[in-house]
Amino acid sequence: MTEEQKTAEFEERIGRDEKIEPGDWMPEKYRKQLIRMISQHAHSEVIGMLPEGKWIPHAPSLRRKMILIAKVQDEAGHGQYLYHAAETLGVTREELYQAFLDGRAKYSSIFNYPSLSWADVGMIGWLVDGAAIKNQTMLAQCSYGPYSRAMVRICAEETFHHKQGKEMVLKYAAGTAKQRDMVQDALNRYWWPSLMMLGPHDSESTNTPQLVKWGVKTKTNDEVRQEFIAETAPELIASGLTIPDPDLHQDEDGVWHHGPIDWDEFWNVVKGNGPCNAERLGMRQDAHDNGQWVRDALEAYSEKKYGAAAFA
Amino acid sequence: MNNALKNALLNRLIGMADDELILSHRNAEWTGHAPLLEEDIALANLAQDELGHATVLLGLVEELNGKTPDQMAYFRDAAEFRNVQFLELPKGDWAFTMLRQYLFDAYETILYNRLLTSSYQPLADVVAKFRGEEIYHLRHSHMWVERLGLGTDESLGRLQAALDQMWPLTAQLFQVSEADNLLSEEGVFPLAADMADEWQEIVLPHLANCSLHVPTHATMLLAGRETHTHFLNDLLTDMQQVARWDPSAEW
Repeated sequence: MTEEQKTAEFEERIGRDEKIEPGDWMPEKYRKQLIRMISQHAHSEVIGMLPEGKWIPHAPSLRRKMILIAKVQDEAGHGQYLYHAAETLGVTREELYQAFLDGRAKYSSIFNYPSLSWADVGMIGWLVDGAAIKNQTMLAQCSYGPYSRAMVRICAEETFHHKQGKEMVLKYAAGTAKQRDMVQDALNRYWWPSLMMLGPHDSESTNTPQLVKWGVKTKTNDEVRQEFIAETAPELIASGLTIPDPDLHQDEDGVWHHGPIDWDEFWNVVKGNGPCNAERLGMRQDAHDNGQWVRDALEAYSEKKYGAAAFA
Repeated sequence: MNNALKNALLNRLIGMADDELILSHRNAEWTGHAPLLEEDIALANLAQDELGHATVLLGLVEELNGKTPDQMAYFRDAAEFRNVQFLELPKGDWAFTMLRQYLFDAYETILYNRLLTSSYQPLADVVAKFRGEEIYHLRHSHMWVERLGLGTDESLGRLQAALDQMWPLTAQLFQVSEADNLLSEEGVFPLAADMADEWQEIVLPHLANCSLHVPTHATMLLAGRETHTHFLNDLLTDMQQVARWDPSAEW
């Protein structure tokens, strides 16, 4: 069979809503796009542990502390799970991780913004996880089996995080003056980056058409962003908080319109010039470097105990 | 229960809860910084279990002194904490963290086994629930001590340094006060000193199998659980800052 015939057959399978599984024939470009997306997603989970993990020691009640540790643990679990999904495409977790540490692989731009107060933990849960769920619910329909199944599982946990974040924001919005100020400040800083994290406008998104055709994405960035605003804005407004977009309004058909997004900022952060790019990657690099002797010891121990065959 | 017995019990319950609370805090500091992603997950798990135990134990404290678990955790100063000192020391490197966990897990396993038959039923009941988790904790830390002890020269060196530092402090686990005799006589809480032999029977052979040498010089003048290092102050500053920033708020 020629490459064209194989591709045609592959696209027919996708047309029939069949899942593509590891080992099935797939166009090289499909494989590459999936490795890119799944590994970026995995890196995002791993780096996403940092902005919230930073607040674990400061959690102001035993209950909040428990919830936050569990949440950050889930993110580590999602990272692990996604690296495994990527490995089904013929890459190793180690090489993917190295590309991330070297700055060759991207991760979600949102994690390059600082978490400056305890209320950020709630706002990240509500907005950032909320935006991520929108994206991930779509990806749960994606044509590649392992990614689709990973998303189903991850979405279930993210939905829980989203609820917990929202509960916290709503409580503080109705709380003491200090709590209200703190949570409004968190909204001021996280609203725009949350809209940006759903990706550039369709007109600027070079990957989207092909990804939609191959059933990797089933909606465009703007469609997902629109859903996110329609779901989140009314609840934020009802809580008494002010969304930092004077142009935001609903037209007579109920459609939400937002003001212009500062894409210069977005691209700058993506390129590595965000407020925390260096800090976040530096922390992961430190953890990696500080853990080298531990991983060396593990390997040496296994060789002694089980023989060199264990690593053959 | 008479007042003397009640106070003695309170003191022990607070000691147990603080041990768990402080160790949980230290373990949670690894989240996002562990040497392997799998261990980010494992340490977060330990931290949650320990925090859960602390919360339950502080619930028993509340029944006796009327203070909520959050009041106890967030509105006491260092001098009012009753954890042993080696748990409040900074998390150190992976060898320090795993060895501390191992020595403490072995102690808790013994303590829980004995408390199963405590005449104070609420305590016996909660410990029965903790025990299942503790078996996994001990298995995890036991394995890590072995891997590091029998790994490379560097891992063994780091583990030995950690042992040299914390070994003298572990004696604090087995200290007893006058009041403890009362608890022991009433079958409420075992005499800590009676657990030392059993603990050594567990940990000494394993440490030796892992190429470690237990320091023999006993120069440490041990203070009681009411005395702390400055590290506890630092830890509490971290832990209590948001809660105390707006104490009128519900968090």
